[in-house]
Amino acid sequence: MSLARTSFTHIVVLVALVVAILAAGLGLARAQTDLKPLVDALGTGDFDSTEEAINGLAASGDPRVADILRALEGRELYLRKDDQTVVRSDGKGREPEIFDPLSGASLGTVKKPVLDRISVNNKIRRAVQAAVGTLTLRSPDADVRRSAALAVLKTREPATIPALDSAIAAETDEAIRTLMVGARGAAVLNSDAPDADKLTAIEEVQGLDARDAMQILTQYAGAPGEVGPAAQAAMDDVKFTLDAWSAAQNVWFGVSLGSVLLLAAIGLAITFGVMGVINMAHGEMVMIGAYVTFAVQELIRTSMPGLFDYSLLIALPLAFLVAGAMGVAIERGIIRFLYGRPLETLLATWGLSLILQQLIRSIFGAQNRQVGNPSWMSGSFDIGLMSITWSRLWIVVFAICVFFALMAVLKKTPFGLQTRAVTANRPMASAMGIRTPWIDAMTFGLGSGIAGIAGVALSQIENVSPNLGQGYIIDSFMVVVFGGVGNLWGTLVGALTLGVANKFLEPYAGAVLGKILVLVFIILFIQKRPRGLFALKGRAIEA
Amino acid sequence: MITQFLLGGLDRRVNVVLALILAVAVVVPVLHLALPPDNPFHVPNYAMALFGKYLCYALLALSLDLVWGYCGILSLGHGAFFALGGYAMGMYLMRQIGPRGVYGDPILPDFMVFLNYKELPWFWYGFDMFWFAALMVVLVPGALAFVFGWFAFRSRVTGVYLSIITQAMTYALLLAFFRNDMGLGGNNGLTDFKDILGFPVQAPGTRAALFAATALALALCFWICSAVTRSKLGKVLVAVRDAESRTRFIGYRVENYKLFVWVLSAMMAGVAGALYVPQIGIINPSEFDPANSIEAVIWVAVGGRGTLLGPIVGAILVNFGKTWFTSALPELWLFALGALFVVVTLFLPKGVVGTVRQFWRERSERKAVAVAPIKPNPEPEPAE
Amino acid sequence: MKEIAEGSLLYLDNVHRAFDGFKAINGLSLVLAPGEMRAIIGPNGAGKTTMMDIITGKTKPDTGDVIFEGKVDLTRHDEAEIANMGIGRKFQKPTVFESHTVADNLELALRARRGPFATLLHQTTKAEFDRIDEILETIRLTARRDWLAANLSHGQKQWLEIGMLLAQEPRLLLVDEPVAGMTDDETAETAALLRRIAKTQSVVVVEHDMTFVRELGVKVTVLHEGSVLAEGSLDAVSSNPKVIEVYLGR
Repeated sequence: MSLARTSFTHIVVLVALVVAILAAGLGLARAQTDLKPLVDALGTGDFDSTEEAINGLAASGDPRVADILRALEGRELYLRKDDQTVVRSDGKGREPEIFDPLSGASLGTVKKPVLDRISVNNKIRRAVQAAVGTLTLRSPDADVRRSAALAVLKTREPATIPALDSAIAAETDEAIRTLMVGARGAAVLNSDAPDADKLTAIEEVQGLDARDAMQILTQYAGAPGEVGPAAQAAMDDVKFTLDAWSAAQNVWFGVSLGSVLLLAAIGLAITFGVMGVINMAHGEMVMIGAYVTFAVQELIRTSMPGLFDYSLLIALPLAFLVAGAMGVAIERGIIRFLYGRPLETLLATWGLSLILQQLIRSIFGAQNRQVGNPSWMSGSFDIGLMSITWSRLWIVVFAICVFFALMAVLKKTPFGLQTRAVTANRPMASAMGIRTPWIDAMTFGLGSGIAGIAGVALSQIENVSPNLGQGYIIDSFMVVVFGGVGNLWGTLVGALTLGVANKFLEPYAGAVLGKILVLVFIILFIQKRPRGLFALKGRAIEA
Repeated sequence: MITQFLLGGLDRRVNVVLALILAVAVVVPVLHLALPPDNPFHVPNYAMALFGKYLCYALLALSLDLVWGYCGILSLGHGAFFALGGYAMGMYLMRQIGPRGVYGDPILPDFMVFLNYKELPWFWYGFDMFWFAALMVVLVPGALAFVFGWFAFRSRVTGVYLSIITQAMTYALLLAFFRNDMGLGGNNGLTDFKDILGFPVQAPGTRAALFAATALALALCFWICSAVTRSKLGKVLVAVRDAESRTRFIGYRVENYKLFVWVLSAMMAGVAGALYVPQIGIINPSEFDPANSIEAVIWVAVGGRGTLLGPIVGAILVNFGKTWFTSALPELWLFALGALFVVVTLFLPKGVVGTVRQFWRERSERKAVAVAPIKPNPEPEPAE
Repeated sequence: MKEIAEGSLLYLDNVHRAFDGFKAINGLSLVLAPGEMRAIIGPNGAGKTTMMDIITGKTKPDTGDVIFEGKVDLTRHDEAEIANMGIGRKFQKPTVFESHTVADNLELALRARRGPFATLLHQTTKAEFDRIDEILETIRLTARRDWLAANLSHGQKQWLEIGMLLAQEPRLLLVDEPVAGMTDDETAETAALLRRIAKTQSVVVVEHDMTFVRELGVKVTVLHEGSVLAEGSLDAVSSNPKVIEVYLGR
């Protein structure tokens, strides 16, 4: 039973094969004869007749035509002057080898003067692209169809309209279909079709990617009759979409910058809030976190490459511990001796930052170090016209997680309660038996540790160098000042506001001037509200 | 009244320091010009530039001490005033090049020709005249200081807040001056100077004169600072430093005092920058780097803030050390500088001069105890 | 409303000030006649120091009138201006300029032009020296004339601060806990000194020390939770049942 079935299947397959081969052979032979004159026509006469031949070839729908046309565009087709046929050759040497363009068979070698290269101008090139596009418009592979539609769209060749029409009718993929319809619209606009058709075409074009639509419509905005105003109106529509998306993109960039600022500033906000001192080596804690990531990745690369995707997860706790321990050491070793002298603390920690930078430079070298993105953090995806890189998205998510984790620590744990007590009123907290020196050391460790994990995140989007942290200290402090000291929500709002403001100013003022404007704005802002956006109030604070 | 005020700044100690600076102003140029190069006491070209640089730094440190040591305003942006003074002088020196530039344009400096400027930007007018440039050397830093101080002091921004926004100020200027369309040479700054007041800047005679001028400027500023700090205004400044709100409650408008000393200090820093540029031969945006300004703070701290001699001693000591380190052990310099910040703030808060003075006073007090049981401290010392 | 202020030296009417919801001053009204000395008592948190802050311009009230000499609205002026109008203040915690000598402390407080250029070119006159000597005599610090203020004892600092008040020649003195940390003898001397001052100037004294208040022998205002609880002679006030309940602690 089973045997019989198998044999039957075999037979069916066999027959089908035979039929297919026969059909192909017949078709081949037929095409060979049909196409030959058209191919030869490519080489004779002027550009117009060449173009006609191209369109003729395209209309044949033969799959080999695309290859021939690409050879034409690549200037590999020659007219053989002795028999007026078109051959293919790379034209190298005194006696280049020539091939039949259709079969690809070698036709031996000829002397170079016999060959005359078929010249190509822009018009021909466009015709070739359109032809190739239409030829592949109905390919079974969706990607090929998509790129074919794009190629056709670029040419805006009216001759492609019939091919597009049939392709549209057959297309099943909605996105590619829209693309084809748009390409058709573009071609219609470029043709001498009546205004009514063109008006529909404008609508069709609007279905395209806004930037492409904009580019096409701009050319017809001044057209006579109804087309011009219609194109103008369509352009305004598209422009609005474009602007909205570009604003959204800016917001995203701003949020992304803001989350980086938040990560860098939040540790500073805690230490400044609790102890009233600025740790100028805070940026170096960020830098150390980035180098911990680098070191972890190096270790993984050399000993267990399989773990690479987990490198950041391993680096996070390590960076927190290394930077946190460093912070505790700094507090115990230096800052506690300078209590009540905030300006001296500032100087001493600046000195420390110089030492740490030079230390890292001595160990790892002064040049930038490459920290790789794990696979889940590389690449990007699009939302509408926005492009979002995975690394930035993860950093935003990470910053939010850090923020709320810290919030929870400060609100829910005994340590957090004591820390808040010290922030609000140090002498009173001390009188109530809170060990303020211990709180200071732990707070400093916590702030530094968070800077360390900020470094892990930053290593994904910045060059890791000994100067990595330097650029962040002013920005971080601005965030803290803007948001208000001793208030984490203020830090969040401050970081996001400054990030978004920066990115919105950039297109108008340039990156540098934008940054200057933000700095000037904050300097003026401190005049109005010296204690920041979310200031703590009370007599103790005002004193 | 002014003479009386200035004379009030003199006493034996001030006179000694002034005499010393003036002696340097005469002796070093003479050693440079009069002795043949093979004489062991000859001061070579590079050393003239180096010593001149030290004196400029000393003047910058002095100006910084006036605000920090006497009024408690820790500026982390004094390098901005120094650089602005330097740029004003640099603009004059650029205009003096005239048609001798690489492109030979009679008016436009080379970098403008290179950047396709068609005409001189408006703010370059007048800098072909020395008196105008000299005026701008004090007015431009002074104006910036006035505007900045007006806002900052009136809204009572103090302490670390003020320090950081001064740093932000110089940082913003750093970014701005890096831009080519500032019309001030962008990244490369101003350089390739030819002559000053008609004398070639590289000539030994000019070098000697510039050095002497720097020493004289330092002496003059030292004298002015001495007079200011000994006046009643100086006492108010110290009062502000020690107990700002108390000073308000006895009727002094603290912001006006701060503004006065802040602007004065910025002008002095501008003069220092202006003397620095012709001796070094270049001014570029890196002078605005916040790190430079903080380095100047450590000169003051090392020498001893709240004393006028301290910043001068500190600037020369630290920069001498820097010169030595960067040639002998270049990779260790930042360790040394960083350690200096930590060690001085922890163990030497009064600085070298302050500590030496305290030592002498305590010695003389111990001697005096035998004579009288109660001996007041002869001189106020900063509490911080 | 303002007409009532006419003829008074200091006039506070229905003043409110809250810090983050905590009503430090809550409907406080107080009138001080020229030449009057007034003692203000009240438990901790009654708003005594905040009241001083409001009068001297350190804190702005949320609502209410603060009028000096019947015409000047003090809420529109800052500390320095108010000080120059003739309101002097001594703080609870003695604050003197520690790195200045005793004499310099007094010189800084002496009535003179307060602008930077005036002080820059200022030359101390014979009259000023004499005045400083006179004050030093009054506050019994002649022997400490050239000492740094930092080296004075706590009581001496209190006296130096009172001396600085005198040097300002204010029309109204606000004195916050002048005898904290003083011995009984010193307390008595301080009371005598204040009584002498009160002959020519108006004085408001905030004090906890009941013996001292009794020695001053003046009208007493009792503050409680930011407003006036009672006013009158010390005896009248201390027999007031409300006062006994909140302050004298029954």
